[in-house]
Amino acid sequence: MAIEVSRISNETLSRLVDIKKFSLSTLPEENQRISMESQLEDAVEVRDLKKNFGSVLALSGVSFAVTRGTVLGLLGPNGAGKTTAIKILTTLLRPDGGSVFIEGCDVLANPAKARRLIGLAGQSAAIQEELTGRENLEIMGRLYHLNKKTSQARASELLNRFDLIEAGDRPAKTYSGGMQRRLDLAASLVGRPAVLFLDEPTTGLDPRARNGMWSVIKELVEEGTTLVLTTQYLEEADILADKIVVIDQGRVIAAGTANELKAQVGGDVIEFTVTDPSRIEDAQRAVSDLSSKEPVVNYDSARVTVGIGALGTNGLAKAVLNLDSAGVNIEKLSLHRPSLDDVFLSITGHYSTAVDENLQKSQNRRAKRTTSKAREGTTNE
Amino acid sequence: MNNRPILDRPTEINVSLLEELRYGISDALIIAKRDLLVWLRVPAFIFFAIVQPVMFVLLFRYVFGGAISVNVPGGYVDYLMPGIIAQSAAFASFGTAIGLAREIQLGVIDRFRSMPMARSAVLLGRLIADSIRLLVTVVVILLVGYAVGFRFHNGVAAGIAMLGFGVAFGIAICCVSAFCGLALKNEETVQSFGLAWLFPLTFVSSAFVPVSSMPSWLQVFAKNQPVTIIINEMRSLALGGPLFSGGIKSVIWLIVIIAIFIPLAIRSYRRI
Repeated sequence: MAIEVSRISNETLSRLVDIKKFSLSTLPEENQRISMESQLEDAVEVRDLKKNFGSVLALSGVSFAVTRGTVLGLLGPNGAGKTTAIKILTTLLRPDGGSVFIEGCDVLANPAKARRLIGLAGQSAAIQEELTGRENLEIMGRLYHLNKKTSQARASELLNRFDLIEAGDRPAKTYSGGMQRRLDLAASLVGRPAVLFLDEPTTGLDPRARNGMWSVIKELVEEGTTLVLTTQYLEEADILADKIVVIDQGRVIAAGTANELKAQVGGDVIEFTVTDPSRIEDAQRAVSDLSSKEPVVNYDSARVTVGIGALGTNGLAKAVLNLDSAGVNIEKLSLHRPSLDDVFLSITGHYSTAVDENLQKSQNRRAKRTTSKAREGTTNE
Repeated sequence: MNNRPILDRPTEINVSLLEELRYGISDALIIAKRDLLVWLRVPAFIFFAIVQPVMFVLLFRYVFGGAISVNVPGGYVDYLMPGIIAQSAAFASFGTAIGLAREIQLGVIDRFRSMPMARSAVLLGRLIADSIRLLVTVVVILLVGYAVGFRFHNGVAAGIAMLGFGVAFGIAICCVSAFCGLALKNEETVQSFGLAWLFPLTFVSSAFVPVSSMPSWLQVFAKNQPVTIIINEMRSLALGGPLFSGGIKSVIWLIVIIAIFIPLAIRSYRRI
């Protein structure tokens, strides 16, 4: 089944398949065969991963595969299970069920061997601030059992590669946030991992540092690194990932390329609020001919969202005209590129995160409870 | 930046059991060296390890000491030194707990756990580094003690044995602290109450005042708790007195503490 995800990426929007549905329709023998074939090209293969923290379901049957030399983006809101998945893939956490193969190595059966194949950069810069960048990298080299001379050479090579050569002999606490993250990334590469895992690599960075991080990651990708990254931002997944797996509440709810996901929303998105909430259904009807997909309505917030494909400003003009002739007054009208929230809205009918607290209070509270519980289990999701 | 591939050869090594043991030791030593390097770079750590204990010595020697009556050969300063050595050794373990909790928060431990290094190295390395720090603290206190009038009355060998007990006690408390740091996982929590148990344990003991001066209900605890037993033994070693039964009891206590808290710390490390 895992290979299906990679196949999906080459298919059209209509073939975007719910992973769960697929696993039911795939026979066990077929699974076996596919998995053997897939080992030839898949660097990472994850099947039916399950994990509970007490009564909180962190992962309930997550499956995906990463083709060697490509980037997979695990996209989802806070508490969706992304960090839990990364922790299981990097041997930090044992799942309750499922299997993980990295470069053909059974991670759960042989974690010690798997650790020689992976690199991990977590949500914060896991570096020793009192030590210099060079010392940090040299110690990593020694812990990867490189001899002293090789460790030194590797440290210089990585400092040079990540534009830290001038800062290399300063304590890392004098570095900017972006530099610390680059050093952290460099540290995860000391052991020349076959697969690199980045957990929210740009969280907490300012836009400039984020762009810097993106270009560094893109270069790694161009060199053929197999990469698994998690992110809360569709934009980030869009820029970095070849393929995106969307996770919500511990399940894969969609998979495909960024364009496929956006196409699923119906291209660009118009969003507006109806001034008189009792007329929301009139508004919905008025804009329904803009898209083949039904406009999404949020009754609590009196907000209507509709994908308009490639219509662009024509779509916007048409929406305004339609609403005007229907006599519906609106406010807060916007036209924007589909965001993660739009993808979520279109797939699940609910928002991904607390976009607007006033409108999402009840959902929010539930999400927060889940997140804080999950945090107890995973320490940092 | 150059464009040479940075990931041109994935690591693939097969190691024998003997090599694994060798790596285990060398990994621990690398971690120990790293921890000591960090320690030397942070002025606050040096302050806690050296300046604070020295201030305690001076404070008890010259401020409180006059009001405390004891019945030992050289007066209060001789009574004080074994106690303050044990107390400082115990308080040095703050660094163990705070250091480990901080590394969990930063994700350093997660990274180490995802690497092909020995699982024991982080804990073992830190205990090695902390033992060295303890030794430094104890020696500094002893030198200051000598300067303010402390003398051994029982020969060099017994004096060295006293220091050995002090360091061993410190290491045992470091094991407890390591468990606290790994279990609490949060630097602030550890700082605020993760080590609150250390205060009653060290102060409600024979470290600074004779137990007989405490109210009788408190004496029950103070007399029988391990810190008093170990300090009394250290005092006998330094000043002369019965050694045997206290020595056996102290060694048993140290072994029990270490035997309980090392497995607990390892368990917490695995479960982070």
